[in-house]
Order: sequence, then structure tokens, then C-alpha cells
Amino acid sequence: MLKILKYSIVDLLRSRWSYVYFAFYLLLGYVLLFLNNDINKAVITLMNIIIVLTPLIGTIFGVMYYYNSKEFTELLLAQPIKRSTIFIGQYLGISLSLTLSLLLGLGIPFVVYGLFKSAAIFDFSLLILVGAFLNFIFVALAFNIALSNENKIKGFGFAILMWLFLAVIYDGIFMISLMMFNEYPLDKFSLFATMLNPIDLSRILILLKLDISALLGYTGAVFKDFFGTNLGAILSLLVLCFWVAIPLLRINMKLKKKDF
Amino acid sequence: MKKSLNYFLVIFLFIVSNLQASTITVCASCEIKTIKDATLLAKQGDTIIVKKGLYKETKISFQNGIHIIGENYPTIDAENKQESVFSIKANNFSISGFNIKNVGMSYTKEIAAFFVSKSKNFVIQNNTIDNCFYAFILQRTRFGLLSNNKVYGNAKVEASSGNGFHLWKCDNMRIEKNVISGMRDGIYIEYSEHSHFSDNKSINNIRYGLHFMFSHYNEYHHNEFKGNGAGVAVMFSKHINMHHNTFHFNWGTASYGLLLKEIYDAEIVDNVFEQNTIGINIDGCNRINYKNNHFIRNGWALKFTGGCYTNIFEYNNFMHNAFDLSYNSRLNDNKFEANYWSEYTGYDIDKNGIGDVPFRPVKLFSYVVNKTPETLVLLRSLFVDIINFSEKVSPVFTPDDLMDVKPLMKPINPLTD
Amino acid sequence: MIEIKKLHKKFGKLTVLDGLDLTINQGGIFAILGPNGSGKTTLIKSILGMVVPNKGEILLDNKSVLKKWNYRNDINYLPQIANFPANLSVKELIAMVKNLRPKPSNEEELIQLFGLSPFLKKKLGNLSGGTKQKVNLVLTFMFDSDLIILDEPTTGLDPIALIHLKNLINKEKEKGKTILITTHIMSLVDEIADEIVFLLDGKIYFKGSVIALKKQTEQDNLEHAIANLISKQYA
Repeated sequence: MLKILKYSIVDLLRSRWSYVYFAFYLLLGYVLLFLNNDINKAVITLMNIIIVLTPLIGTIFGVMYYYNSKEFTELLLAQPIKRSTIFIGQYLGISLSLTLSLLLGLGIPFVVYGLFKSAAIFDFSLLILVGAFLNFIFVALAFNIALSNENKIKGFGFAILMWLFLAVIYDGIFMISLMMFNEYPLDKFSLFATMLNPIDLSRILILLKLDISALLGYTGAVFKDFFGTNLGAILSLLVLCFWVAIPLLRINMKLKKKDF
Repeated sequence: MKKSLNYFLVIFLFIVSNLQASTITVCASCEIKTIKDATLLAKQGDTIIVKKGLYKETKISFQNGIHIIGENYPTIDAENKQESVFSIKANNFSISGFNIKNVGMSYTKEIAAFFVSKSKNFVIQNNTIDNCFYAFILQRTRFGLLSNNKVYGNAKVEASSGNGFHLWKCDNMRIEKNVISGMRDGIYIEYSEHSHFSDNKSINNIRYGLHFMFSHYNEYHHNEFKGNGAGVAVMFSKHINMHHNTFHFNWGTASYGLLLKEIYDAEIVDNVFEQNTIGINIDGCNRINYKNNHFIRNGWALKFTGGCYTNIFEYNNFMHNAFDLSYNSRLNDNKFEANYWSEYTGYDIDKNGIGDVPFRPVKLFSYVVNKTPETLVLLRSLFVDIINFSEKVSPVFTPDDLMDVKPLMKPINPLTD
Repeated sequence: MIEIKKLHKKFGKLTVLDGLDLTINQGGIFAILGPNGSGKTTLIKSILGMVVPNKGEILLDNKSVLKKWNYRNDINYLPQIANFPANLSVKELIAMVKNLRPKPSNEEELIQLFGLSPFLKKKLGNLSGGTKQKVNLVLTFMFDSDLIILDEPTTGLDPIALIHLKNLINKEKEKGKTILITTHIMSLVDEIADEIVFLLDGKIYFKGSVIALKKQTEQDNLEHAIANLISKQYA
């Protein structure tokens, strides 16, 4: 697996897109810091961007890599290597190189602006952690979609649709259902519905850091336990791990029956 | 003539008594071993010096204008008895330099470290009061100065706890530079007027950091209120001047930096409201000027919960609040003008520092959250941003006259720290 | 020795292999022929484990290979489309494949043979189709394995490279290797193949030597013999 991982990363690190992605984050970091001139505020703005953008980039990258490296994959499949090793290796390769781009792209400008001397370092670490989780989750989801769709156009279509659904439509349905059933106690439902969407889950982790003052304004024992204690953060991180593990398991299942 | 003679007599007696003033020393090895004995001996104008040591006393009471000074902070242990430590009804007295601890709790009696009633011209300062029910109860007192006292309680529930400073029907009091924590209310004021509260720190009290009821013409400034159960409440009072106070980290369901209920003609200037669930909860308040205040990262910077008229908000900073403004009834005749809003995305082509398009502080999402509080978990979602944006472009639910027509491009007096 | 028993494979509703039985003994060149879509590539990929059969058994040297992967170390495979990761250089690709297969290799000789030395440092994405196919051949022949599977090996090759390829195949045969080839170039089959395996409707329609095929179809030209086989299907 390490060999495949190594070659995937080497391959990706040479691809133009990795640099585009890296340059994008570098630029984003610098522009935000330049406009805000305050690390704390830049981190806050970034958090809003990260939870929408990393899933999109992870999805597109995952699908693109899968389809573009089809022949390479076939070459590997003819070698004495286990199937799951090949795909998990490639998966880790993409996720890690995306995370690396994120870390360096945002890290460099923030370090230049004095991150280590600032109190924002904790928020920044959370930001990178959430970004990394989203990379791993959405590349896994993208692989799932690509494995199930031979047709490249269709695969891309589904991947973008999935992102759109999880980033926007899901919350819309969520909000409307909350408003429709607002005579019922909904706090458990709303927390549960949050868990079912990795973007919402990451958003909650960030809310816990930034908007705890607002979240505690809601009257509900479940909310209070969730947001008022460490329970919320621990549970969210745990469910995020599930969100990585379950798509990976499905990739493995799918691989056992897949023809190339 | 008779009246001036009377005055003369009073002044004469005062001088005479001062001339005759003597000093009584109290210590374990002294002739006088208890403070209570000393107060019984002391005459008008006498000074009692209490040496360092442990004194197990309560119900130290006097009617004379005497001065009790603790040297090197002697400790008075009230041993949780059902009696106040000092119970005073006197004019022209002073007490300073004591450590007082274990003041008894009672559900029926008002027990305090200092119980002062019907007194005037007095000073109580530099005392530390630990584990107490009430620290100061002041009834019908005038011209008193309470400063540099430190009050620590360990209140758990409201019913079995008392207030740090409890003022009832007082006038012209000054409460300064005190630290109060772990009490029910840090400072409680009822039917008291013309008083000043300044430079106090009221922290982690289970109910309010400061609580005003029916108390007019008061001023409080340069105080810090932090982590109190419900923040600061100012209720049913007129002509209150609040400035340079800091209200922060008041978190909870019914928690706010400042609650204003039925407040008329107040000035709220130069205060900082930071990371409170609600910055200011405004309920039925009229003719208040809000100026130069900083609202930073609150859940709701301003929440209106009743009819409010003729309030003016100008030159305030609203920065990174989850919601800048929320209301559940009609907002009439209130003016928002020339404030800085961090959410403002307009432009300033003529470079006069004022944005060329108005800012609407009420978001559609705050409307949704008012109706269905659970939707709060969708805060900062892309979907919410989209609906807020569409509402901003063409307002349907939010009132189109509620806006700041002169939003500032830069914050006013940025905080230096 | 390859033994294939009752191999079934469907892609959706389309049956590609329908109870195929085939035994190939060690040593010799076997041309797998058949009309388009007759299941040639599916058969090869099943042997390689890239396609998972619905039913049936595949044995290499009496050992089942289904759901295994180690056995691929003893197979050299030339895929139909020579497409490689565009960002790697030829040298890196060869190094990588060597790295993935822990067994001795003689790539230097093959690089010389196909004249690839000037391209070693070039990115694969910048190579022409023919050059890529040469790289593909190097990767296939550089290992010493008992079974060699070539899927359309001649695609894009110039005549000189083609001669080298034929020589290579013959050399391997002389070493007693088993070589499976699919191709549409009948002259190549005529020239080198010891046996022909003809697939039709997911089954083996004919298996035997070129001469036997010509005899059976009463044609003296292989192309016509094959055409004859196919036309019988439509008849």
C-alpha cells in the first residue's frame, strides 16, 4: 500500500491541479489576511469558506483522479497487488495531497502573519482538522460515485449533485421540515439530522468554537448538554470518523465485485 | 436663628468630641479582647484598632460615630451563626481592613457581614468577605462610601443565597472598586437614587451581576460584568446613566449582557458587549441613547422583546455577531444611524466614510430562528447565507424601513486591547 | 497449464462468456481470436482477476486463482490501451513497476532493442502512441514469467518494432513459455501462432492448429478461414 500511496502522491504532486489548489489556498489566505489584517478575523472568515469549498474540491478531485488514472489503475491491477491496496493507496494519496495543499496553502500566509504568536492557533488547528476530515470524507464519497459509474460525465454529474445536495439542498429541506413540525420537540431531531451530513457536522464543530454564545441561547436540555459540554465536540469528531470509515467500507465491498 | 444655633451646637459638639477622641486597641493579649467590648466602651469619634488575630464574634453593633481599623487584616469568624457580624445604625463611622468569613445563611432573616441601616456619612473599605450569605445590607442609608471590598460567596441556588451589595431605599451612595463573585446578585439596588457604581468587578454570580429595580437617577460606569447567570438587569428605572462598562461571557438560555426592562431616558455610552448570548435585551424601553458601544461576537447583539419607542442607536460597532438585531413585536420610531456593521458589504464611492447603500440589520434567518429556535443549528450554513442574501436583495419578511441609511465604512474608536 | 471450467460472465443483460471451457497446456503461442465482442478481452481479464466471473473456475497449474492476487507475479500482461500516468517519466514508470514486482528484470536490453533510451526522461504524457506501446512492451517482457498475455500487441508499432516483437515472442516460446495473444492481424497469427482458440457466443468454437483450421474450413488462407468460421455463425 505504501508503494501505491507513494506513487499516487508523486503523481499528484506533479499534476498541475495540485498546484492550482495550493496556489488558490495561498492566495485566499493572503487576501483574507490582507483585508482583515487580523488573524482571528481571517480564521473566522476562512471557516465559513472551508466547510463549503473543501468538500467541493475534494469531490471534483476524487472523481477526476479516478477517471483520469483509469489506465494506470488497470496497469496496477495486472500486477501482483491486492485490489483494495491499490484503491486505498490511491485514495490516501489524493486525500493526503489535498490536505497537504490545504495545510501549506493556508499555513504559509498565516505563519508569515505571526500565527504562532497569536491566540488564533487553536482555531486555526481546528480549521485544518475540519478541512482534513472533509477532504478524506469527500474523496471517499467521490470514489464511491466513480466506482459505481463507468460513464465519466455521469460520474461527474452525480458528484457535483452530491456536493450541492449536502452543501445546500439538505439544509433547505432540514430547515423547512423544522419549520413545518415546530409544534413538536425537535432538538433531538435537529441534532440527529446534523449528524447525517458531514458538512453540517463540520459546521457544528466550528459553531462550537465561534458561536457558542448564540447556541446556548436555545432552551433545550439536549442542546444544552450537546453544546454546553465537550460532548458536542467529541461526538462530532467521532461521527466524522464514521463518515470516513463508512464510504471506505463501501469502496471495499464494491471492489470485490467490480470488473475493470 | 434657633436653627443656626442648633447647627452651631452640632458642629461644636463634633469638634469637642473629636478633641477628646481616644484610641482603643483590641488583641488577644490586650486588656480588651473582643471588638464587641471595644465598641461598648468607645465614644463618639473614638478609634478602635484591632490587631491581627482570629476573632469569633457576631452582632457587633454601635450607634456612635466610631472608627474601627483592622491592622494587618484580623479575621472575624462568624461561625455561620444566625446573626450579622456588624449591625450598625450610626453616622460618621468607618470600618476597614477586616477579613470576615462564614456569615450564616437563613431563609427568614437577613444576615450580612455588614448590616447598616438609617445611617449616613460612613466609609467601609478594604475588607475581604468570604463565604457569606449577604455581604452588605444597606437600608435607608445616605452618603456612604463602600470601596475596595472583596466579596466571595459560594452560592449554588438562588433561594439559599444572598447578594453582595444589597441597597434598599438608599440615596447618594458610592460603591467603588469592589470585587464580587459567587453571590446571588453581585449588586442589588431597589428604590435607591443618586448613587454611583464604578470600577466594580462582578463575576460569576448565579443571578445578576448588577440588578436595578425602581431606582432612578443612578449612574454606573467602568464596571466589569462577566460570566453571571443572567448578566445585568436594569428594570423599571428612569434616568440611568451607564457608560464604559464591560459585559462579557454571559452565556445561557435566558442570559444577556444587559437586560433593560421599562427603562426610560437612559444613556448607554461607551460600553463593550462581548460574547454574550444576547448583548442587550430591550423590553419596553423608550428614549434611550445608545452611542459608541461595541457589540462583539454576541449571539444576538440587540434583541427587542416589547414595544420600544424613540431609541437612538448611533456610532456603535456591531462586529461578528451571529445576529445583529432581532425583534418580535413592532419596532417603531427607533433610529439606527451611522453605526459600523461588520456584515456591511456596501461601497463608498464618494469616499466620505459613509456607505452609499443602506444596511439592513435584520436577517431573514433571525426571523426563522424566532419562529423555530431549533433552526439555530443551521447557523452559518450556505443555505442560510443564500436565503439571507435573497432577502437582502428583495425584502419580503423583514421591514423595509428598518435600516441604517448611513452605515460607516470603518469601526468607531477601535478597542485598543 | 491453464484450465478454465464452465466460465460464465454477464455484463448487465449481455452474456459474454457462457460456460466456457478451455485447457491450455504449458508452452507455445496461442492466438485467441473471435469477432468483436466475442469475449476475448473478458477471458483474458478473467484470468488476470480484473473481471470477476459469475460462475466457473480458473486454475493455473492446478491452483484456483479467483479472488487471489499473488499469482499475478507469474503473469506478464500487455494491456490493450497503452495509457500511463501522464506525470511520470518512462524511467520512473519502469522503476515503479519493478518496485511493485519483486523479481529480476532485464529492462536495459529491451530499452536498447526498442530504441527508447532518448525517451527515458520524458513524461509519458508527451509520448506518441507508438512509443507508449514500446514502453508497454518493455514493461511486459522485462520479467521472466511462465505466462505471457498480450492484448493487441501490435497497435501503433512501426515495422521494425514489429519485427523485434515477433522475435521476442519467439524467443520466449523457445524458453518454453505459454503466450496468449489477441489480435486482428491475421498475418501475425499465421506466422507465429501454434494454436488458435476461436471464441464465439461466449464459448470455444474452435481450438486447434492453424493447419487444422484451414483444413476444417477448406480454405488455404487464414483470413478466409476465420471469415468462414464467422459467416457460419450468421448462416
